[in-house]
Amino acid sequence: MDSTRAQPAAGDDWPAARAAVLRNAAGIGVATGAYALSFGAIATATGLSVLQTCVLSLAMFTGASQYALVGVLGGGGGALTAAATSLLLGTRNVLYGLRLSSLLQVRGFRRLVAAQLVIDESTAMSLGRSSPRANRLGFWATGISVYVLWNLGTLVGAFGAQALSNPRAVGLDAAAPAAFLALLAPRVRTRSTAAIALAAAAVAMATVPFLPVGGPVLVAALVAIVVGAAARSAPEAG
Amino acid sequence: MWTAVLLGSAGCYLLKLAGLSVPRRLLADRRVRRIAEMLPIALLATLVALQTLTTGMRLGVDARAAGVGVAFIAVLARAPFLVVVATAVAVTALVRLVH
Repeated sequence: MDSTRAQPAAGDDWPAARAAVLRNAAGIGVATGAYALSFGAIATATGLSVLQTCVLSLAMFTGASQYALVGVLGGGGGALTAAATSLLLGTRNVLYGLRLSSLLQVRGFRRLVAAQLVIDESTAMSLGRSSPRANRLGFWATGISVYVLWNLGTLVGAFGAQALSNPRAVGLDAAAPAAFLALLAPRVRTRSTAAIALAAAAVAMATVPFLPVGGPVLVAALVAIVVGAAARSAPEAG
Repeated sequence: MWTAVLLGSAGCYLLKLAGLSVPRRLLADRRVRRIAEMLPIALLATLVALQTLTTGMRLGVDARAAGVGVAFIAVLARAPFLVVVATAVAVTALVRLVH
């Protein structure tokens, strides 16, 4: 961001480091742009208009929440349940913001802009770099690159799926659960996280015949909150 | 639809902003950290199960189960995201075609 200011490098080669960060940011942008194609397609196949689909990517801009909102609406769930589910999945961004705030040191208007870019990818690309400068560049470069390509991908995917006459017939209704599975896999690394995943899903499935559509997802959230709050002395995950 | 889109978007933005604005002390609470770690895992796993095996308020197995089942194998084989999704779509469509 402030590349014109010379900074005494602590033995590090800043131009090379900067180039590496920017290359990574572009690569992640392209990869998430490809996910966005499937999001755009799924959302319009579910019944959202192209405009609603694009507003979601522009304004919500956090993939798992967007998929979840569309999934609940597609299953026949109400607007409030759909919004609540997307918020529950968005709670992890609070955690990311907490970790980023001391690195980014943003105030006022810049903080309002930075907040929108707080997502999985920008956080991962910012934390654990060699210098505060690289932390900041990792965040901004990845955030902006993903924002642009995520929205482009959404637009293309939304128009692409609209061209299909009956999305269900071509199996597009299996795309969302498969996408959730792919998002879930890298998070399940230990026995205890696998147990949480299975327990939450099992409890939620048991409530399906008794609750309105979308309700079982909130039951799963409750399972996570109860287990998370109760497990005082459980060993650190990892 | 618009209610869900706008309400959800506004809420998700406020959550992001809250993280950047709230005092750092909150992160020190291990229970808060654990819950924030577990929520996405519990929700994503549940969404996989729900969207594969339910239609409205009814449980049942149909072509989607085959598609997502094969997609699970693709995930275990560390296939890229789009391959996983495309596999599920293709297998589901194929099963419907055959039936």
